[in-house]
Amino acid sequence: MTIFNLAIELAYWQQTIIRSVLGLVAVLLPAGTLVYLYLFKMMSFMQSRLGPMEAGPYGSLQLLAEVGKFLQKEDLFPKAADRVVFKAAPFVVLASTFLLVLVLPAGPDAWFINIDTGVFLALAVSSISVIGILMAGWGSASKYSLIGGLRAAGQLVAYELPLVLAVMGVVIQAGTLNVQEIVFAQANGEIFGWGGIGNPFIITQFLGFMIFLVAIQAELTQPPFDMPVAESEIVTGYLTEYTGMRFLLFFIGEFATAGIFSALAATFFLGGWYIPGLDPTDNLFNLIGPLVLVGKMLLVSFLIFWFRFTYPRFREDQLQQLAWKVLVPLSLVNIVATGILKVAF
Amino acid sequence: MNLEASTQQLSYIANQASDARVNIELETEGMTLNLGPQHPATHGTLRIIVRLDGEQVVSAEPVMGYMHRGYEKLTEVRTYPQVTTLVNRIDWLGSFANEVPFILAAERLMEVEAPPRAQWIRTALFELSRIANVVLFLGDMAVQLGATTPVFYAFRDREFVLNQIESVTGGRFHPNFDRIGGIKDDLPKGWIQETKDVLARIHSFCDEMQDLVVGNEIFQTRTRGIGIIPADVGLSYGLSGANIRSSGVDWDLRRDGGVGLIHDQLDWKVWTHPDGDSFARYWVRLQEVRESCKMVDQILDGIPSGPIMAKVPRIIKVPPGEAYVETENPLGVMGYYIVSKGDLVPYRVKIRSASFNNVSITPWVLKGVYVPDVISILASLYFILGDIDR
Repeated sequence: MTIFNLAIELAYWQQTIIRSVLGLVAVLLPAGTLVYLYLFKMMSFMQSRLGPMEAGPYGSLQLLAEVGKFLQKEDLFPKAADRVVFKAAPFVVLASTFLLVLVLPAGPDAWFINIDTGVFLALAVSSISVIGILMAGWGSASKYSLIGGLRAAGQLVAYELPLVLAVMGVVIQAGTLNVQEIVFAQANGEIFGWGGIGNPFIITQFLGFMIFLVAIQAELTQPPFDMPVAESEIVTGYLTEYTGMRFLLFFIGEFATAGIFSALAATFFLGGWYIPGLDPTDNLFNLIGPLVLVGKMLLVSFLIFWFRFTYPRFREDQLQQLAWKVLVPLSLVNIVATGILKVAF
Repeated sequence: MNLEASTQQLSYIANQASDARVNIELETEGMTLNLGPQHPATHGTLRIIVRLDGEQVVSAEPVMGYMHRGYEKLTEVRTYPQVTTLVNRIDWLGSFANEVPFILAAERLMEVEAPPRAQWIRTALFELSRIANVVLFLGDMAVQLGATTPVFYAFRDREFVLNQIESVTGGRFHPNFDRIGGIKDDLPKGWIQETKDVLARIHSFCDEMQDLVVGNEIFQTRTRGIGIIPADVGLSYGLSGANIRSSGVDWDLRRDGGVGLIHDQLDWKVWTHPDGDSFARYWVRLQEVRESCKMVDQILDGIPSGPIMAKVPRIIKVPPGEAYVETENPLGVMGYYIVSKGDLVPYRVKIRSASFNNVSITPWVLKGVYVPDVISILASLYFILGDIDR
C-alpha cells in the first residue's frame, strides 16, 4: 500500500496538509532541478565553460546560495510605483503555476484533483500569469517595464490559441478532457492492433506536439520568444524594477512553469507516468509514476532549454505573425485531420 | 541608387499618414525613451534619446561625450613616444591598430622608414588586433539579438589571439609596442608556429559562426532588410570600414591607401555586399576575419630577416610640418593629423576615429524602425565607446 492509497483513508484536513506539501514539492522540485541541471550546468557546457563549481560538489549547492542571496536583498519599490499592484504581481504569477500543477496526475491514484475538465482547467489557469505580468509591467511605473508588460500580454494571448488548438487533437483522439483518462487512453491504446508500447500520442499527433512545444516556449517568454524580457533592449522588461524576494518569486514561477508545461506535454503526448510493459492500473505506478513523469519532463524541457540557449529572439511583430499565420492554421489543419481520421477509423 | 532609401522613407510617411487619421479621433502621446547612458545594449556610455510612437521610432538622437577623455589635448603635453600609451585606449579592443597611424604620421614628418621586418611584424600585429576586435563583434551582435551562446565562443577564441599579442608585446589590451622607426622587440621563439595554430582556431570559429549565427533563420529574419544604408547616404555621413563596404562601396585603405604597411604584398580580397542591411554588415565582417587570418598566415610564412629599428635619434624631435595618415582600422578609417613645431611634443593632434562617424548616421537610419531593431542596427554598426568619445 502506498502513501496515496493511505491518503484516501485519512481525514480531510490530513489529506489537505499532505496535498499542500506535495504541491509545494511539485512546484519547487522541477524549478530547482531545471535551474541547476539546465540553466547552470547544461548551458555552461554548451557554452564551453564549467558553470558553478565552488558551492558543494559540482556546484550543487549553488541554488541555496542564490536563494540566500535573494533573501538578503532589500525589498525595493520605485517611487512612483503602484505599491499594491507591484507587490501582488509576483504572487499572481506564482498562483497560476500552483493552479497548473493541480491537474497533473503522477500515477493511477496519485493526483491532486481528478476532474473531467482537467485540460480545460489547465489551459484556463495558465493564462492567469498574463494578468500578473501586466500588473508588474504597469505597476512598476517604468517605461521599460511598461513596454515589456504590454509585449508580454500581446505575446501570451497570441500563443494561447495555438496552445489550446494543439491540445485539441489529443482531446479528440482520447475522447476526453480528463487528464488521467488521456494517460489511460495512451497506455491502453494500440498502434494498428499492436499494443506493445500503448499508443503515445506523439506518433499520431507529432504536428500537435511540435506546435505545443513552440507555444509553451512562447508562453514561458524564453528565447527565441523572449521579446518581453529582452535584456539587451528593454533591460529585463517587466522584471526591471524587481529585486530580492519578489524577483525570486518571478524566477521560481518561470522555471516551475517551464517544468510543469513540460510535464503537461509529456502527459499529453508521451504517455505521462506510464511506461510500456506494465499494467497501468498496477499499484507500483503510484510509486514509480512520479519518477517516470519527472524523467519525461526532463526530456521535454531539455528540448525547450536547448532552443533557449541556441536561438536569437524574434521581433514582436514577427512572432505574432508566426502565431497567427503559421501555428494557428497548422493546428486547425491538425484538428480537422484528426477529426476525419477519428471518424474514419 | 537611392531607391531603397526613398522607399523606406515613403513607407514611413505612409505609416505616419495612416496613423494620423487614427490619432485625430484618439489622441495618442509620444513617449521619450532614454536608451542609456547606462543600458545593457550600449556597452559603454552612449545615450540615445528615442522618441517613440508605440514601438516605432519617430526620431533618435545620439548623445555622445559621456566618456570624453581629452586625448587630443593630452597629447600636447606628451613626447611622441609617450603618445602611443594614450592612443592605445581609443579603440580598446584592437589597441595595437590605434598606434600604427600615429607612428606612421610621425615617421612621415621625420622622414624615416621602418625596416622591412618591422613593417611585416607591424602588419601581423595590426591584423591580429583586427581579429581580436572583430571576433568579439561576431559574438556580441548575436547576444544583442538574444542568442547567448556565440559570445562565449567569441571570448574563448579571442583569448588565444590576445595571448599571441601578449607574448610579443607584453600587453594583452594595451601593447604600446610600436615605435617611431620600427617596433620595440623582435618576435619570441616559437611564436610563428603557435600563431598558426591560433589562426586555425579562428578559422574554425568563423565556420562555427557561419552555422550558428549567419545560417540561423531567426537571425536572418531579424537582420535582412533592416537598417538599410544606401551607398551615397553612407558616404555622405562619412561611414567607413566594413559599414560602408557592406553597402557595396569597394573601398579599403589597406589596398587603396598605400601607407607604411605591407598589405599590397599579400594576396587577399576586399569583400563587399550589395544589400547594406544589418545582415550584410555582419557577413562582411565575418569574411574580413577570414581574410585577416589569411593575411597573417602569409606574413608568418614570408617574414624577412633583418633589423627591427631604423636609425632614429635617442631624443625624438619631430621637424616642423604637418602630416595626416589614415589606416583601415578594425572599426573603420582612423587618421591622425599631426602639427609639429619642432618640439619634443606635438603642437596639435586631431584624431579622426571611425566610430564617431559610424554612430552619427543613427538619426537617419533609426527613423521609422521598431525598438528591437534599434538594438540590432546599433549592434551591426559596431562602435566602441572609446572610439566615439576619445
